Amino acid sequence: MSGMAASRPAQAPEAEAGAECQGDLGRPRTPRAIALSDAAFFTVLGVIGGVYVLLILALLAADAAYMVRQTFRAAADTPQPWLTALTANPILTALADRKIQYSIWLSMISCSLSAILSVLVAVPLGYLMARQRFFGQRLLDAILDIPIVLPPLVVGLSLLILFQFPPFSWLARDIVYQIPAVILAQFSVACAFAVRTMKHTFDHIDPRCENVALSLGCSRVQAFGWVVLPEAARGMMTALTLAWARSLGEFGPLLVFAGATRMKTEVLSTSVFLELNVGHLEAAVAVSLIMVVSAVIVLIVARLWGARDMGL
Amino acid sequence: MIIVDAISVQAGEFRLDDVSLRVPTGGYAVLMGKTGCGKTTILESIIGLRSVARGRIWLHDREVTHLKPAVRGIGYVPQDGALFSKMTVEEQMGLALVIRRVPAAAIRGRVRELAELLGIAHLLHRKPRGLSGGERQRVALGRALSFRPRVLCLDEPLSALDDETRRQMCDLLAGIRVKTGVTTLHITHNLVEAQVLADCLFRLENGRIEMVDLAEAT
Repeated sequence: MSGMAASRPAQAPEAEAGAECQGDLGRPRTPRAIALSDAAFFTVLGVIGGVYVLLILALLAADAAYMVRQTFRAAADTPQPWLTALTANPILTALADRKIQYSIWLSMISCSLSAILSVLVAVPLGYLMARQRFFGQRLLDAILDIPIVLPPLVVGLSLLILFQFPPFSWLARDIVYQIPAVILAQFSVACAFAVRTMKHTFDHIDPRCENVALSLGCSRVQAFGWVVLPEAARGMMTALTLAWARSLGEFGPLLVFAGATRMKTEVLSTSVFLELNVGHLEAAVAVSLIMVVSAVIVLIVARLWGARDMGL
Repeated sequence: MIIVDAISVQAGEFRLDDVSLRVPTGGYAVLMGKTGCGKTTILESIIGLRSVARGRIWLHDREVTHLKPAVRGIGYVPQDGALFSKMTVEEQMGLALVIRRVPAAAIRGRVRELAELLGIAHLLHRKPRGLSGGERQRVALGRALSFRPRVLCLDEPLSALDDETRRQMCDLLAGIRVKTGVTTLHITHNLVEAQVLADCLFRLENGRIEMVDLAEAT
C-alpha cells in the first residue's frame, strides 16, 4: 500500500486524481485524500466529544461565576469590597448556617454508611454473579438493574409502600421519615452501581488464580480471602467511591421516603431543594458548590486508586 | 501413579467420553493434542476443578474422583503461571504451607530451598509485575512444588516462552523430576518438549487418548 502510494506523484493535479477515481476502481485514493479524510474524521470526533466536555465544564463554571458575581454585587457598596467578598460570601454564609452544617454532617455520615453497606452487599453478590452459573442468572442480572433504570421518585414511593406491609411495617415508625430512611433510600440505588462494579471486577480476575489456590490446599473461603479479595481491592475502592457519589446525589427517593425536614432528614441535595423553594438562589448555588467539591474529591480519590480501567 | 479410568466429562457444550490414561509412579507423561481437543479438561478433572460424570480417578492408590482439589495434593502450573499479583514471590511460594499451618521458620526455609533450586532466590521479595515469562513460570513451579506434592500437573507451561528460555526450563523440569521423583503430567503442543522430557507420550485425538511410542513420534 505505502509502496504504491509512494510511487505515485505526490502533487498529482486534483482533476487528474478525480478522473482516475471515476475510471479506475482498482487504484487506492491519493495520499492527500486519505490525509484529508483522516483529518476530517478526527475533527468530527473531536467536535462532537468536545461539545459535551465543554457543557460539563460550563455547568461548573456558571455556578462559580454566578457565585462570584453575586458576592461582588453585594459587597460593592461596602467600604472594603474585597474584604467583604472574602468574609461574607454565600458559601461562608451557608457553611455558618446551623441547618446547613447539620445537612453536611448528615450527608457525610449517611453517604459513608450507605456506601459501606453497598460494598458489603456488592462483594458477595458480584462474586456469585461473576463466578457461578445457576438457573435464573439472567433474570437476576436484570433484577439488579432495576434500581438503575427505575425513576428515582418511584424507588422512593415503592419504599414508602413497602413499609406499609409486615414485617417492614413493624419498623416503619423508626425508619420512615427518620434518618434510617435516608440511608436506606441512598443504599437502594447506590448498591446496584456497586454490584455492577464488583461483578465487573470479579469478571476480570483470572479464575485460574483461584484454581491454583484450591490446588494448593485452600478451601473456597481461604482462596477467596487470600487470593480473590486482595486482587479485588481496587474494584472495591471504586465501588465504594461510586456508591458514595451516588448517595450524595440521591434526592427523589429521599424526598418521598425520608421527607425534607430541616435538622432531621435534610441532606445536601435536600438543602438545595429547600433553599430554592424559599427563593434563596444564592444559598442553593452555594450548597451545590459544596457538593461539587465533595464529588470532585471523591472522583480524585477514585482515580488515584486506578479506577480508570473499571469501565464505570 | 495417576490412573484415569474411563471418565466422562462435560465442559460447556464440549464433552469427553470414556477417556483413560495411566502414568506410572515417578513417571513423566506428556499429553499432546490439537487446541480445543480437551487436554485441559482432562487435566482439570484430575486436579478436581471439573466434576466427572462417570469413571474414576486414582492418585497413588487413593481414589480421588469426588474429592475437593484442596485434599488431592496435586501441584498445578497453569499456562501463564496465574501468579497472585498482590503477593510477593516468597508469599505465594509459601501459601500452601501457611494453609497447612507450617511454622514460619520452616516455611522460610522451604521457600528459600526451592528458590535456590529454581534460580529465583533474588526475586523472593518482588511482586509478579515485571517478571519475565521464564521467571513467572519458575515462580509458578516453585509455588506448585512447595508442599511436596506427589503429582504435578503442568498445563502448557512453556508455550509462551522463547526458544532459549524454553530450553532452560526443559532442563530445569528434567532436573526437578530427578530430584523430587514427582509423578508429572505435562500438556504441550511442542513435540521437541515432549521428546526431551517424556517417558510416556499420549495423544488426545477425537476424544480418545492413545499412547504413542516415543521413538516413532515425529
